[in-house]
Amino acid sequence: MAERERRITPPYGGVFHARSRVMSPDDIQRALWRMAHEVIERNHGLDNVVLIGLQTGGVPLAGLLADDLRQIEDIELPLGTLDVAFYRDDIGLRPVLPEAVTDIPFDLSNKIVVLVDDVLFTGRTIRAALDALTDFGRPRSVQLAVMIDRGHRELPIRPDYVGKNLPTRRDEVVNVGPLGVELGETRK
Amino acid sequence: MRHLLSIADLGTDGIEEVLRLTDSFVEVSERAIPKVPALRGKTVVSLFYEDSTRTRLSFETAARRLGADTMTFSVTTSSVKKGESVRDTVQTIEAMGVDALVVRHGSAGVPFQVARWGTSAVINAGDGWHEHPTQALLDCYTIRERLGSLEGRHIAIVGDIKHSRVARSNVLAFTALGAEVTLVAPPTLLPSSLEGWPVTVSHDLDDTIKSLDVAYLLRMQRERMTEALVPTLREYTAGYGLTVARAARLPDRAIVMHPGPMNRGVEIAPEVADAPNAVILDQVAHGVPVRMAVLFLLLGSGSEMFAASDRPADPAAVEEEVVRG
Repeated sequence: MAERERRITPPYGGVFHARSRVMSPDDIQRALWRMAHEVIERNHGLDNVVLIGLQTGGVPLAGLLADDLRQIEDIELPLGTLDVAFYRDDIGLRPVLPEAVTDIPFDLSNKIVVLVDDVLFTGRTIRAALDALTDFGRPRSVQLAVMIDRGHRELPIRPDYVGKNLPTRRDEVVNVGPLGVELGETRK
Repeated sequence: MRHLLSIADLGTDGIEEVLRLTDSFVEVSERAIPKVPALRGKTVVSLFYEDSTRTRLSFETAARRLGADTMTFSVTTSSVKKGESVRDTVQTIEAMGVDALVVRHGSAGVPFQVARWGTSAVINAGDGWHEHPTQALLDCYTIRERLGSLEGRHIAIVGDIKHSRVARSNVLAFTALGAEVTLVAPPTLLPSSLEGWPVTVSHDLDDTIKSLDVAYLLRMQRERMTEALVPTLREYTAGYGLTVARAARLPDRAIVMHPGPMNRGVEIAPEVADAPNAVILDQVAHGVPVRMAVLFLLLGSGSEMFAASDRPADPAAVEEEVVRG
């Protein structure tokens, strides 16, 4: 998300300056391990569960979550990636270009789809993702896993699995990357 | 850039951006529901003063798959028959509220004029002997898909170069992406001056064919044979047609391309057109996603390169929606 957030936030494509670190890489691993158990608990196992990471920030997290689930249950879950650029509601208001090609090589009908993203903010990306998913079939249910819920929702959307709830100001930027989770802002 | 009038406007970076975005639209085209709502509420008008099947259908399919509405204007059933000028026609259509005009005309430069008169984005879908940029883009995409890249590839464009807008756009696009282009044609079918063209010229297809990565054949335009530029079509085929015997001498990796519609048996033998290394139907198939990419870049993306500099987005709206995740 951080990258997407930077790209669509004035100054477009600015440079992220971290002010504080709120999660270390180990913290992220531990949170994912807990979230993996929650996914199994909520769905009574992993039957029909598929993971879809949102481009770009959600993709590595979905991969890590799949690794954890494999370790716990010894099952290889179908893993896809989704870019929601063409479904956004702010096309024409700011630069909107896909970061990568969507890759969902399996049918979603009757599946339990766990969408994975790094930061949940206004909820508009998730709305676009829900819209996109309907073009790939009719899932039995869709659940949402995010590493950071930073608040400021503009739509009635809530996460099912959360790494950390992080109170923020609207103008701050949350960056999830190899250094962990950082809070700061973008500058040109 | 808010219009696509010539490949020269795009430059290497612009072509690369279109091809990169095309990857995403190829994926969309492969879905069970090959449609996205990216240009919902936009209207795309095709304004065709010349006959065309594949280009017009391809643009209209592309627009619909982006969620845009389409209108078709064809000369035979319109007020052009009553003597309406191009300018009046364009202004009449624009008064109905359109976002993009896809223009084909028999005279070079008409799309440029339309772009000057109007307020909507203009896409050149072929103007006279001048350019046909989206054809060049889908050809580049097809070559890249088959051969990985155009860098250092040897491409021959064979046939009626003089009357071909496809040749002009393709020379610009192929060379911008680093390919080496040879034009192969009898002297009568070459433009009177090739000054400034970054190409080599050959009159001997048999000699050129051995080193080719791509043999790109142009349609022999029978309707223009009144000019007596070649003695007979049979003679043309003997010297410049891709016959079965010639095709056998192409390197193994080489592909055969044609912008269509083909004259089987004239510039290309039927067996060659149906061989596995002929990518002619791939070219048609890539037409839709390439045109989706062009429409999205001009109408929706807000890409800096394609920004409508003389049509700024409402700054207040941008400020108000400052931060979004």
